[in-house]
Amino acid sequence: MKHKHDCTHLLGSISDYVDGELDEALCQELEQHLAECPDCRVVVDTTRKTVTLYHESTAEPAQVPDDVRQRLFKCLNLEDYLKRGEG
Amino acid sequence: MSEVFTEISLQALQAGDRAEFARMVDAYSGPIYRLALKMLGHEQDAEDVLQNTFLKALQYIGGFEGRSSLSTWLYRIAANEALMLLRKKRPEIEMTDTEPEDEDLSDYVPTQFVDWCCLPEDEMLTAEARMQLDRAIQILPGKLRIVFLLRDIEGLSIQETSQALNLSETAIKTRLLRARLKLREHLSAYYGERLAQRSE
Repeated sequence: MKHKHDCTHLLGSISDYVDGELDEALCQELEQHLAECPDCRVVVDTTRKTVTLYHESTAEPAQVPDDVRQRLFKCLNLEDYLKRGEG
Repeated sequence: MSEVFTEISLQALQAGDRAEFARMVDAYSGPIYRLALKMLGHEQDAEDVLQNTFLKALQYIGGFEGRSSLSTWLYRIAANEALMLLRKKRPEIEMTDTEPEDEDLSDYVPTQFVDWCCLPEDEMLTAEARMQLDRAIQILPGKLRIVFLLRDIEGLSIQETSQALNLSETAIKTRLLRARLKLREHLSAYYGERLAQRSE
């Protein structure tokens, strides 16, 4: 029961831990628990991997399709500046 | 994104310099469009949010006091526009999105314990896997989705996300944790299956 209680209790710290923003005392408590609890280790590792995958999947600069950009400039009355780099 | 923005003059924008406004649109329209597209999952809706964001920026730039960065201010407008559209389009879903902000994580207790981190990198980001990543975002309730997108996709800090959504940093952290746990569950089911197929 204690084991389950620790898992649930520490669940709230996972996000801060993954971001490296957990305060020292809690970090120690969590790491001590992780050393003894394989399930929680998997949860932490796969949470970190989840965040990393989303970072990697959106690593390229975000682009607006040309037709969308043209309509955007038109609705803002900025057609004079449609040529990229102008102004 | 903020690095690009340092070259843009707020003074010129507030003086009505149209060329400067056009440069600002080009600097920020990509991230704003991506945010809207991932928030709404629909190209036309994303374009509406994109246009309304810059129309409002044009309208209100004179009153911008610089309490946040210009990029955070634009994200704030875009987030409001996207959330408004989401409530309008899917009221039945978004109206049930009324979870308390307390520490109770009973609905978020993990159920998937497969360690899929060992899958080869090239299998993690196939076209199909990327679709799963997008689909998982769409499953999140709107108020968790916007926090995750601003923080983990657009790279805003907790403080900037808090400014963009006008929420406390504690609320942002709570929502981010819930979003990440839900996404982890979803992805664990998907990648766990890939892992099982490999070992067959």
